[in-house]
Amino acid sequence: MLRYTVRRFGQLILVVAALSVLLFAWLRSLPGGPVSALLGERATPESRAQLQAVLGLDRPVHVQYFQFLGRAASGDFGVSTGVQPGDDALSIFLQRFPATLELSLLAIVLAVAAGIPLGYVAARRRGGWLDNAGVVSSLVGVAVPVFFLAFLLKYVFAVELGMLPTSGRQNAGIDATRVTGFFVLDGLLTREWDASWDALKHLMLPALALSSIPFAVVFRITRAAVLDVLDEDYVRTAYSKGLTDTVIRGRHVLRNAMLPVVTIIGLQTGALLSGAVLTEKVFAFQGVGEALAIGFERRDYPVLQVVIIAAAMVYVLVNLIVDLSYAVIDPRVRT
Amino acid sequence: MTRLPAARLRRLAAAGAAAAVALSLTACAASERDEGDGAQSGGTMTFGAAGAPDLFDPFYASDGETFRVTRQMFEGLVGIEPGGTELQPELATRWEPSEDGLTWTFTLREGVTFHDGTPFDADAVCANFQRMFNQTGAGQSQALSYYWTQSFGGFADGATPSLYESCTAQDPGTAVIELTRSTGEFPGLLALDSFYMQSPAALERYNANDVRAQGDGFVYSEYAREHPTGTGPFRFAGYDEANGSVELARYDDYWGEQAELSRLIFQVIPDETARRQALEAGEIDGYDLPNPADWQTLRDNGFNLQIRDPFNILYLGITQKNNPALADLRVRQALAHAIDRETLVSATLPDGAEVARNFYPDTVDGWTQDVVEYQHDPQRARQQLAEAGQQNLTVDFHWPTEVTRPYMPDPQSIFGALREDLEAAGITVNPVSKPWNGGYIDDVESARAELFLLGWTGDLNSPNNFIGTFFSAPDSQFWTQASPWGQQLSDELQAADSEPDEQRRTAMYEELNRKLKAEYLPAVPISHSPPAIVVSEDVEGLVPSPLTKERFDTVSIGG
Repeated sequence: MLRYTVRRFGQLILVVAALSVLLFAWLRSLPGGPVSALLGERATPESRAQLQAVLGLDRPVHVQYFQFLGRAASGDFGVSTGVQPGDDALSIFLQRFPATLELSLLAIVLAVAAGIPLGYVAARRRGGWLDNAGVVSSLVGVAVPVFFLAFLLKYVFAVELGMLPTSGRQNAGIDATRVTGFFVLDGLLTREWDASWDALKHLMLPALALSSIPFAVVFRITRAAVLDVLDEDYVRTAYSKGLTDTVIRGRHVLRNAMLPVVTIIGLQTGALLSGAVLTEKVFAFQGVGEALAIGFERRDYPVLQVVIIAAAMVYVLVNLIVDLSYAVIDPRVRT
Repeated sequence: MTRLPAARLRRLAAAGAAAAVALSLTACAASERDEGDGAQSGGTMTFGAAGAPDLFDPFYASDGETFRVTRQMFEGLVGIEPGGTELQPELATRWEPSEDGLTWTFTLREGVTFHDGTPFDADAVCANFQRMFNQTGAGQSQALSYYWTQSFGGFADGATPSLYESCTAQDPGTAVIELTRSTGEFPGLLALDSFYMQSPAALERYNANDVRAQGDGFVYSEYAREHPTGTGPFRFAGYDEANGSVELARYDDYWGEQAELSRLIFQVIPDETARRQALEAGEIDGYDLPNPADWQTLRDNGFNLQIRDPFNILYLGITQKNNPALADLRVRQALAHAIDRETLVSATLPDGAEVARNFYPDTVDGWTQDVVEYQHDPQRARQQLAEAGQQNLTVDFHWPTEVTRPYMPDPQSIFGALREDLEAAGITVNPVSKPWNGGYIDDVESARAELFLLGWTGDLNSPNNFIGTFFSAPDSQFWTQASPWGQQLSDELQAADSEPDEQRRTAMYEELNRKLKAEYLPAVPISHSPPAIVVSEDVEGLVPSPLTKERFDTVSIGG
């Protein structure tokens, strides 16, 4: 188990190293750059050249890369030029990551809370109306683009009905105290209940939009897995032994059906970041997804580098945790 | 006594540990709310901003979203009349130039204090100018001190000539500023946000000049991030970066009439549609530059949409560097005849937009009706191309995506209309579209485009702020050095700007405008578009500014 974990961490380092090289080269091959973003539309060739030199952007890409590595080794990942100019790129990530994590967690909780029970019930009542409704809604969840769903939810529940806020993380006038960066949690910790409730309301629509794909996937995988398990001999044996339905469901059906579901939850959690870019943009939600969108628009190399590498690390780590959790769910993996 | 099973024990222990962690966190996290703030009268206005401010030291800023915030906290020696473009007294009550335009004596307003309680006087004025003039290192980069380098030129190190010579505190109420040459832009350029007065004590205390290049970007000072200190009607109250909101509070010792609002919040909402929806949902009280396509809907829904007088220019840029045909005046005139500006303005620009005769609006000195007008005449265009031997003219026409500008609300439709016009005159157009920051500006500034769309919103009521900015450098985006008159135009602009006599200066600009249209035509002026600002119906007292320099101290909010 330990060797396996160490090997997976080794792989993580290799992935990050390879990604950093590709990313660094790719960003600098894109048209435009921070010089245009910083100087605006009235720069002269001289002022452009001067700024390129000041920022070291006139040096060969491989030299810039090694300089970046040197600085990164001492914890300096560069300074933002577009997302939050002047701020350390890593601190921007750390400041915004709780927002995306809060959003992603709620999205995955919604997806799992709805997807697993519905998938299970759909499988148990295969062909019934609940099964059909679940299958259709999961198809819609996968087929409808997240940004469209985000627009739709926002228009109906925020603009037309006024039930939830249209954008942002929290009403700016609420005067909330910041502790952890997780706004809902901060409100609870400081007993600023209104701040916590307001942050939760701001989370609802983006989380709902973001949960559409994970919900659909979790529902379908749960349904398929439960159907498979129900056909297994050991389930029939359990029934013939006279075990109660509750025991069979809990110990034999759900537990065995959960293996593929947990895998898919892990993959979906990692993949939420791509959905978060669009969702956060639509809802002006100040997470890393929005930073990524603004970073591309303004060619903010340091922020893009940190966010993309960190997102990759999160993705790999989540999947590592999923793989390790197999061992907990399925004792055969431990050997 | 019954023993609990091991699994249950483990679960109980975990729950206990979680509860202990939660309790300990709660114990160390105290609310930092200031309960007193809510008691102030005047209410709070939340304004939707399109972007986060870069920093709060206006000297190092050059973008509109930063200035929108700093403008509420800082003031200049010279101000701009509300709703107009003319100069008016602000921190200086009067100013007097010497005959040669090199020495300016400013009489300062009495009883003014900075937000840190220190007095505003002649020493403070000179400390500000000395601070700007003595920038070193990264502080001299155009990315930081854009307006200084554009307006005053060089710094104390003398590497580049500077317009600024010295500042003397004659007495506490009188500051004398010496210039190295006369310019028509002085003292108007002191109304630029970058040159607003800042507290010398705060500048020093929080190391305002501590800016440096680090990696790919710049690091700003503690002053610029957390302690901006001006004399304006609002003071800095905090920047919640995690929530994208800046908060200002009314400055109770303001020298003038106090602001109606007790709190002013700028909430960053980058997406334009999201800003409109936030306004419709009552989450914000206003935002700038609503999409012209939404104007009528906003009005119909009871919002107070205010359209500013246009103070900008959109032009068809022509780069003479890469396509030799474009260095021929007849070809450029053919382009001007080919495009139907009347139809373009009425079909693609918002209500109130006007066809441009000069390269700046008619409210700026030196504007003249007496310029050559290139009527839409495709036949004439073909004829002129034939005379120039360019019947088969092909041009690369660059246009930007992922951007709107007050002077260019919809680049795609403007490009589409122009392309049709040019093709109708027999010109082959190769469209080149790129994102604004994704190569478009690079191409234009590096003179790689042949035709392009660009424009400008004036910073101040000065012809030099328009045509001086555009055409002074012969190696600019127009590459006028390809023509024999490129340097001459540059010299003529410099001469007009340096003329101390106002009447003579105006006449020189009128003559320049005539020549720009008839003899040089480095670009084709197209239109002036009115930008709008929208607020909810319970917001009163907002005075829209043609320069998009609104101050919110006159604003009150009901409901």
